[in-house]
Amino acid sequence: MTRDRRKTGLADVLTWITAGALAIDLLMIVGLLVLVASHGASAFWPRPLVAFELGDGTRALGEIHSREAIPDPATGLLTDAMRIRVRVGNRDLTGADFRWIDESKIRARSEPADAVLLERLEWGAFFGWPIALRAKGVDAREPGAIWDAFAKLHAEKVATRERIRAIERGPIGDVNYEIEKVRLAERHLDRMGAAPDTAERATLAARKQTLEARYAGHLAELNALRDSLADGELVLRTADGVEKAVPVGQIVRTVLPNALGLGGKLALYAERLHEFILGEPREANTEGGIFPALFGTVMMVMLMSLMVVPFGVVAAIYLREYAREGPFTRAIRIAVNNLAGVPSIVFGVFGLGFFVYGIGGTIDALFFADALPTPTFGTGGILWASLTLALLTVPVVIVATEEGLAAVPQAVRQGSRALGATQLETLLRVVVPAAAPGMLTGLILAMARAAGEVAPLMIVGMVKLAPTLPVDAHPPFVHLERKFMHLGFHIYDVGFQSPNVEAATPLVFATTALLITIVVSLNLTAILLRNRLRTRMAGRAV
Amino acid sequence: MTLPVSPTPPPVAIEKPAIRVDRLSLWYGDTLALDQISLDLAERHITAFIGPSGCGKSTLLRCINRMNDLVDGVRVEGRILFSDRDIFDPEVDVNALRKRVGMVFQKSNPFPKSIYENVAYGPRIHGTRSKSELDGIVEQALRAAALWEEVRERLQTSALELSGGQQQRLCIARALAVEPEVLLLDEPCSALDPVATAKIEELLLELKQRYSIAIVTHNMQQAARVSDYTAFLYLGTLVEFGATRELFVAPREKRTQDYITGRFG
Repeated sequence: MTRDRRKTGLADVLTWITAGALAIDLLMIVGLLVLVASHGASAFWPRPLVAFELGDGTRALGEIHSREAIPDPATGLLTDAMRIRVRVGNRDLTGADFRWIDESKIRARSEPADAVLLERLEWGAFFGWPIALRAKGVDAREPGAIWDAFAKLHAEKVATRERIRAIERGPIGDVNYEIEKVRLAERHLDRMGAAPDTAERATLAARKQTLEARYAGHLAELNALRDSLADGELVLRTADGVEKAVPVGQIVRTVLPNALGLGGKLALYAERLHEFILGEPREANTEGGIFPALFGTVMMVMLMSLMVVPFGVVAAIYLREYAREGPFTRAIRIAVNNLAGVPSIVFGVFGLGFFVYGIGGTIDALFFADALPTPTFGTGGILWASLTLALLTVPVVIVATEEGLAAVPQAVRQGSRALGATQLETLLRVVVPAAAPGMLTGLILAMARAAGEVAPLMIVGMVKLAPTLPVDAHPPFVHLERKFMHLGFHIYDVGFQSPNVEAATPLVFATTALLITIVVSLNLTAILLRNRLRTRMAGRAV
Repeated sequence: MTLPVSPTPPPVAIEKPAIRVDRLSLWYGDTLALDQISLDLAERHITAFIGPSGCGKSTLLRCINRMNDLVDGVRVEGRILFSDRDIFDPEVDVNALRKRVGMVFQKSNPFPKSIYENVAYGPRIHGTRSKSELDGIVEQALRAAALWEEVRERLQTSALELSGGQQQRLCIARALAVEPEVLLLDEPCSALDPVATAKIEELLLELKQRYSIAIVTHNMQQAARVSDYTAFLYLGTLVEFGATRELFVAPREKRTQDYITGRFG
């Protein structure tokens, strides 16, 4: 009896330890998710603009971002005095977006309804009060008149900005593409040793001239548009009385946060979220959207999946179905499992040496010799990045597929063979379909790993800012040699490498939340697919 | 090649043998598992293989459609004649052989597919594409396996949702769908309850009108109930082979008598 009771006591303790460990794990995961989600979700919510009157007579206007106890400078211990961190913006005037204000020095605070927040293309946010709007034929000085004129003018400027962008992306991009083609054709003739005065060269030269003329035409149009964009400015007064003229063409939007109702706030939130997800980054990625990074991440993961599945599944089928069990297959399995433990940066180095310089260099020498010494495939790109990640994740797919295959009973294989099916028929019609859920599990794990991987990509084609997406309107439409942006690297770059880390923090949280959302939704899709397959393949029994 | 004198008793004369096993020996690696077995399977009759565990009865059965080829380290000597040809002849297409000599296993092994797909699998493998033709084959095979009435409403549901006995009959239907001439059953009822067993036995008696059947069984009563001929194997040798009634009523060998009366086994 005594012994039994002792055993029960020990079992209880062990149960408690394991349950406690699980609870701590869950708590940490949930905590992480809640932190990221709440910070990420609140990044676009408009905060009230607070005007401060300080003890020394100065004034300030800004958004309160945090509040903390002030540490005693001598002991480092926290005192009862509190201070607040205020985003005051106006970086072009003050040099910093944030300042600390001791609460003891605040004489009064208010939330003026007419205080305005300007989101600008450059220099970040501006906080102040509008005093005038000046443009060709307009000179408004009353708030009502200013906003009326501004709405009209700003719509014009936004249209002009869009037009400029469309010209840059469209006609000018096309002309550049054509000019590059002519240049490559000329180089090709040089390389082939053609005479300097052939008819072909004359045609090319003539074509180049027409293209350059077209380019000059577009450029002139562009310059005219840019000039018109520079006209018109909104004059604002800051909290400490400085007047500043902001070109209307530089303004993304104006917000009167203290005057917004809930509906207005929601609309603004949606607008900012939309800009974040579908917009392009600006100000060294610390503002604007992250669409190129989002696109690059998803495309890279998809490409990686396309490559890793056939590769891993075929390898696993060979190992499990064809290879005779022995020291050789055991050695291969050990190697595969160890491959999963190799630091990812090592894969990056291998990808650079093997894919980029080896295969890419060879492709360039064979097919893109005209462009050399500018590399085409001989430099990092989305194809090589995907292949590198495929290599990194192939062990996961192999192991999961092998488990899936092993779970198909030998009796089922024999049943098929006894009907006169060959080994290949058995494999393709019975074994692989039955093991498909296992293969999908492998793919899920591989995608989850690949979407979050950053280190190896830094040397095989991921960049801070890619001028073009890997997919566009120029044939062959999908440009696998292009460099790409990635959410993981974006987080690192914006959060830790940008000159203005404090101002970018909300964006970092939002980007993190988005990356987690992508990984989770990719996984969920694959899990749903797998479950559907499972229910279709097998009944409740067995 | 001269083979040593057979230690097995002289084969019983069977008028129309579907399969003739002739001095068949089999080794797993260095272990002799079958020693000079000779017997005939009568056409459109049921032949039962009985004997204690490890006597080689399943091994013998699996030789007849060469399923032992799939086991590593198996070596065979002797002949098995089917349609006047030695099935071990290197020119024999083993998959064509297995189409003509179907097999049902001890544990039911339906594919993780629908009932319909399970039965249609064999015909598809052997080249039947037309949907209407497949529908006909599936219905016919399920009727022949006495399963049609139970599953006709749910052909597209997973075969794994059927009961154990239904699964085993589905496996029989699956084997019948490729229109074999011989059906080999390896302890088909060992995992089934008495009701399901009775159904299968009834089915076997029905099927022997059209197929030559060999069945391995542990169950003496079953052998006595369903089979026309019985072979008793012990430690890899064929101890006694004869008409079931005679073998059970008046065994010539003492070992046979001991076994069927339950003195060992």
